[in-house]
Amino acid sequence: MAIVELKNVTYKYPLTDSPILQNINLQVNEGEFVAVVGPNGAGKSTLCYTIAGFVPHFFKGELTGTVEVAGIESQTSTLNEWVLNIGLAFQNPFNQISGAKYTVYEEIAFGLENIGVPREEMKARVEEAMKLTGISDLADRSPYSLSGGQQQRVALTSILVMQPKVLVLDEPTSQMDPIGTREVFGVIRTMAENGMTVILAEHKVEWVAQFADRVVALHEGQILLEGNPQEVLTSDLLMDNGFGISRYTSTAREAKKQGLWKKDMLPVTLDDAVEGFALTLPSPDWRGKK
Amino acid sequence: MRIEISNLHFTYPTGVEALRGISLTIESGEQVAIVGQNGSGKTTLVKHLNGLLQPTSGYVRIGDWDTKEHSVAKLARRVGYVFQNPDEQLFSKNVGTEVAFGPKNLGFSGEQVQSQVKDALAMTELSNKMETNPYDLSPTWRKMAALASVISMDTDIVIFDEPTTGQDAANIARIANVIKTLRERGKTVITITHDIDFCAENFERVIALSQGKMLLDGKANEVLGQAELLATTYVDPPQLTRLGKRLGFKSTVRTQDEFLTELKSSESETRPHTS
Repeated sequence: MAIVELKNVTYKYPLTDSPILQNINLQVNEGEFVAVVGPNGAGKSTLCYTIAGFVPHFFKGELTGTVEVAGIESQTSTLNEWVLNIGLAFQNPFNQISGAKYTVYEEIAFGLENIGVPREEMKARVEEAMKLTGISDLADRSPYSLSGGQQQRVALTSILVMQPKVLVLDEPTSQMDPIGTREVFGVIRTMAENGMTVILAEHKVEWVAQFADRVVALHEGQILLEGNPQEVLTSDLLMDNGFGISRYTSTAREAKKQGLWKKDMLPVTLDDAVEGFALTLPSPDWRGKK
Repeated sequence: MRIEISNLHFTYPTGVEALRGISLTIESGEQVAIVGQNGSGKTTLVKHLNGLLQPTSGYVRIGDWDTKEHSVAKLARRVGYVFQNPDEQLFSKNVGTEVAFGPKNLGFSGEQVQSQVKDALAMTELSNKMETNPYDLSPTWRKMAALASVISMDTDIVIFDEPTTGQDAANIARIANVIKTLRERGKTVITITHDIDFCAENFERVIALSQGKMLLDGKANEVLGQAELLATTYVDPPQLTRLGKRLGFKSTVRTQDEFLTELKSSESETRPHTS
């Protein structure tokens, strides 16, 4: 069942001449993990803001079409009704951290305090969420004394702790170290498997391919392609329109031209690439096992 | 201009011991990438190079200057620093003024300022945006404006703190091109990055930090091939390096060219001989 539904959505920021989103139609089912990819300026962040209600409630501007999330229609509701259903982690954690709290622990409790969660439950939820994202050891630090990637984990945790039905993430790992990124993707995947709906704007296509159920490719404010991650992320249409692609894809594409890639479908993940290139190296003592 | 760091320790006022005995030398004109886990001390380390932070013990020398004996303003002649977040750096009403601010303050002549601004804008593909307010630029171009405002100072050493964060493929290619141009001009470039594929394709020397100490320092292929050690500081080897390893390649590969060359030679080795 669709929990997020955008119908003919067009949006223009105040004081701009042309719409940043044009005629977007998108349905996301409950528990689905959808990744949105696209070049800078394609409208990824704006789409996140729209699903999270910041557009139009915070940014104003002109929104046409309908945005419905968890049975509530965006334009006819207030932001207060939205926050219980939807959580948004900003691209830049500096913009999200409240500035009102001295420690990471209090920062993560901030949202729960505001919706009046009882103290004991609040403590349990904060501690559980910190454990999940691996930041328990940062509990007593000031949010502002942390490195960029650590701040990003705090920002994500402060949203997860709210247990939203729909989790919207705008490049949540852009400042994280590589293995930390992979771990956070694993956490997000687990949330989706437990029934949370996830919409993620992301450049890191290797992890998108591995963890997301579906990929939406956004280009100049419109949906260019959507579907199965491998099909979308290896499409020539993406490569010709300035989308980021994985090195596995670009290298296999070049290898194919030289007759060194034997399959039809190009790879996006390491496992797909290993499997495909193994056909080029048909040695019995081939060592490409996991 | 040589950079010499000797037994550098740094403890933040909060008591966090961020650097725990770093010693290294970077020669004039080297291109170095610094990788490592969040909180491993990368940004703390480079903030010592232009005097934003002062060693708790040990020393940092930029050429013949000990950073303890010179102000940040003076060190700015030798070391340019592009912040991770351009919003922390940009303040002027238009891109032209922003990019001219640095060289003007270093006391270059009017003509010199003009030519360096023109050059930096051309390098960052911003020549047609001189009149634009930096905050009206998209995040992509704001990043390039931050790069330009440091490049225009024509320092011997340029530091980039996570230049590719949040950037798309086209802009990452632009940034790689800026680094290449600086290399051709003999500049020293030091870049902190989590984008390990970008690191593999653009840097010949890689330093990995872990918990405030040096974990690895060497030629890119040597460092990036050490999957187990890198994992201790939360870094994965580049995509093609991992792929080469899984395919059983004999040598470590980093780039597409290296990968395809190795693939061809492995293919001819494994092909059954027919006569």
